[in-house]
Amino acid sequence: MADMRTPLSKVRGLGSTKSGTSHFWAVRVSSAALLPLSLFVIGLVVSLAGSSFVEVRATLGQPLVWVPLMLFILISLEHMRLGMQEVVADYIHNELLKVTLMMLNSFFVVLVGGICAFSLLKIAFGA
Amino acid sequence: MSRTTVASQRPLSPHLTIYRWPITMTLSIAHRITGGALYVGTLLVAWWLVAAATSPDWFATANAVMGSIIGKLVLLGYTWAMFLHAVGGVRHMLWDTGVAMEKQVSRQTAWASLIASVVLTALTWIALYLVL
Repeated sequence: MADMRTPLSKVRGLGSTKSGTSHFWAVRVSSAALLPLSLFVIGLVVSLAGSSFVEVRATLGQPLVWVPLMLFILISLEHMRLGMQEVVADYIHNELLKVTLMMLNSFFVVLVGGICAFSLLKIAFGA
Repeated sequence: MSRTTVASQRPLSPHLTIYRWPITMTLSIAHRITGGALYVGTLLVAWWLVAAATSPDWFATANAVMGSIIGKLVLLGYTWAMFLHAVGGVRHMLWDTGVAMEKQVSRQTAWASLIASVVLTALTWIALYLVL
């Protein structure tokens, strides 16, 4: 009946007490990088409005467009992986579901990243 | 007997449902929701890039869907989510340096973020239609 464990002893060893700061920092660093990159990408998308298939591919294939666009995608994906990890940790209290969602989060990010990277590489170098 | 039982009977401090809803709470949850929306939105980016990498047909299909009324509404929401999340991010960075955390100031920056995100979205779409 009586629970002999203190609240502190119940939570000890559950959350990480070591990597929280680096998680926090990674979110801030990626967000700082994303500020100029997302402004660039919004400008890029606006400038491409109404452009043809050939024109879009020619623009995206330019190094000075391709590199920041690729950086935007990769850094966005890492930023959102970290963010979703935080949301899952906040709201999901069932351990199995939490771990599953965290894995799916990573899978989703890597999958989207792979698809975007392949497409951009194909546009720049492929047929 | 055990300290846990005593602790579990302590009253909780007033929480979400007790307070009158301030604008800062709206912006707080909006930051999460827009983050989640942008997460899903990457699928649109991926689709558009795949289309551009595949064939003129695929590209035309993607453009037709995104250029439809519903497509445009989704993209308008996407633009707004991006600006609100970006401005919210700047607000968070300000807080990280320890400034602008007072009640009145945080309410002012909340309104400022909301207004800035709407203005930036409007400017982007005006520019878009000028290009088109």
